[in-house]
Amino acid sequence: MNTALEIHDLTVAFDRKPVLWNIDLTIPQGKLVGIVGPNGAGKSTLIKAAMGILPLSSGYVKLYDQPLEHVRERVSYVPQRESVDWDFPASVMDVVLMGRYAKLGLFKRPRKADKDVAMDCLKKVGMEGFINRQISQLSGGQQQRTFLARALAQQADLYFMDEPFAGVDAATEKAIVTLLREMTNQNKTVIVVHHDLQSVSQYFDWIVMLNTRLVASGPTETTFTSENLEATYGGKLTLLTDVADLMRREDYPSREENVFKP
Amino acid sequence: MNALWEFLSFSDPNIRYVAFGSVLLTASSAIVGSFTFLNKKSLVGDAIAHAVLPGICLGFLLAGNKNPIALIVGAFVTGWISLVLVEYITTKTRIKEDTAIGLILSVFFGIGILMLTVIQKSGNASQSGLDHFLFGKAASLVGSDLVTFSIVAVILLVMVLALFKEFSLLAFDKDYARSIGLPVKGIELVLTSLIVLAVVIGIQAVGVVLMAAILITPAAAARFWTDKITVMFFLASVFGAISGLSGAFISYTAPSMPTGPWIVIVISTIAFISFFFAPTRGVIGRYIRQAKIRKTINDENVLKILYQLGEENKNFFIPRLVDEIIRKRFYEKQALISILKRLTRQGYIERTRNLWGLTEEGKNRAQRVVKIHRLWELYLTTYMHIAPDHVHEDADTIEHLLTPELEERLEKILGYPKVDPHQSKIPYREDVDTKL
Repeated sequence: MNTALEIHDLTVAFDRKPVLWNIDLTIPQGKLVGIVGPNGAGKSTLIKAAMGILPLSSGYVKLYDQPLEHVRERVSYVPQRESVDWDFPASVMDVVLMGRYAKLGLFKRPRKADKDVAMDCLKKVGMEGFINRQISQLSGGQQQRTFLARALAQQADLYFMDEPFAGVDAATEKAIVTLLREMTNQNKTVIVVHHDLQSVSQYFDWIVMLNTRLVASGPTETTFTSENLEATYGGKLTLLTDVADLMRREDYPSREENVFKP
Repeated sequence: MNALWEFLSFSDPNIRYVAFGSVLLTASSAIVGSFTFLNKKSLVGDAIAHAVLPGICLGFLLAGNKNPIALIVGAFVTGWISLVLVEYITTKTRIKEDTAIGLILSVFFGIGILMLTVIQKSGNASQSGLDHFLFGKAASLVGSDLVTFSIVAVILLVMVLALFKEFSLLAFDKDYARSIGLPVKGIELVLTSLIVLAVVIGIQAVGVVLMAAILITPAAAARFWTDKITVMFFLASVFGAISGLSGAFISYTAPSMPTGPWIVIVISTIAFISFFFAPTRGVIGRYIRQAKIRKTINDENVLKILYQLGEENKNFFIPRLVDEIIRKRFYEKQALISILKRLTRQGYIERTRNLWGLTEEGKNRAQRVVKIHRLWELYLTTYMHIAPDHVHEDADTIEHLLTPELEERLEKILGYPKVDPHQSKIPYREDVDTKL
């Protein structure tokens, strides 16, 4: 089986404080993958680091066996809905067209063909009736679907989605899962930060369990066990947190080789 | 009045220069400033504006005269240095951005004023007019200076046009821009340079002290009128141009008057008008909408009372005395009568002397409100497991708000139930709600 994502010895720090420690994992192609873990476990940080949005303190990320820069057009990202100000003066169509910007390149305006793609993607998420709606007038679920359509418009092979089910009603959630399932059936890989443990076994083929370090990563059937859940959500590693806080307070570099860098 | 006509006829070539120049400078500053506004970096514009003053003095000292290119280069350099310092302070220390901006702004402006005073005392003859950069003087926009400033303004407009989609994406969702591999740092660098340039040319008309107003206020005012980004930028440039033109006029008729404060007064007036009178986002528009909602709620409540009285007697069309309504729910007598009169005008109530009774339409409207009220109570008890004695207040608000689509969904979800949690019958209408 081909590998979609490989993460090797990844450490990410905010303001010197490590929030992810030495993550090692590989995810095969064509899977619907869930990332679960308690609040502050570093779920969003993991996918942001994989997308090159955050700087890595150590380690590397490979997508389809290549560094991100070589395969960026094959990868797409859905940020958390709350990460943007929805009062921005834009329509649903404007937002979905952003998914075409990478293909368009600098300086160029979206063409008619790009609007066709955007329209198709809006149909896939059931938002074709809202193309001219101002984005602040959408419900939470509609905003989420708009973001999804924007990611689809990139026509990528690997999708990272940060809590796509947050603020979405049950019917919409089901529709989105069906859509993601169709995508994985076409050998696309979808990696989803997820909160609801109830639905994990039902939705995902593969599960990544995270709590500032990797607890487990593997097929849901064999990995989503009560021992692993206990390790992910149970006893907090207070020593680890205290060491991280100390590194922030003392301005300590997270890797020794960084000492010599300016 | 004569002065205004003389000015508006543009017969004097000097007037043409000054008017054209001011409009171009303020409009281009407003367009670039709109991105500062959308990026929520309004304070940064103010910091740059103050930080260009030492640069202007430096440019003057090095060139020995008021060569516009020397002044622009000097202003550009110190404007940029101020931004780099703000960035450096916020990332390398634990000082927050607003504090860093405050620090840098005052330090640079202080140095600028110091240098300006030294130059003025130096006895250099060509320094006269340098202090116009403090509060602006549109009337000094003539000849070769105007050409230089206009070229810069045109460069600004072309760059904004070329990178419009990138700038907007960065303002909306920077993480996403990074994820699709846009050179975010580079684009930010270009935008910042454009802002610094806009400040550098804008101060000619407005002055460093009030420059932030022409960057931010047109965008803030324009945002009240529209939800479309292109329309917003167009309006911002028009607002900027109007204020620039009026500034030029003042500068022409009263040469001793600084232009900047006048431009700021005009643009602020536009902003205040927008704030109050813009149709949907304006304060008055909102107030009117709220008043309408209150009216609807009052009207429907009175109809509801008449309907409930009708339920008790099994006849909805019995005309009632005002006191009967008040006994059911307290109203000021006069207020109630004015509501009843309004409903009579609208055809929901019929009046016979001092008796008021529902019309067919009034009964239907009241019936819908009562139906939604009871359905919502049932929805809250069955789906949200709220105790039946807690659901009444909620339903009282929802009954006026629900759209027909939501009403239909509610009926479907509950499966057209017969009674509410308090065993009151849910009144469907045979002719309309026939999907029973």
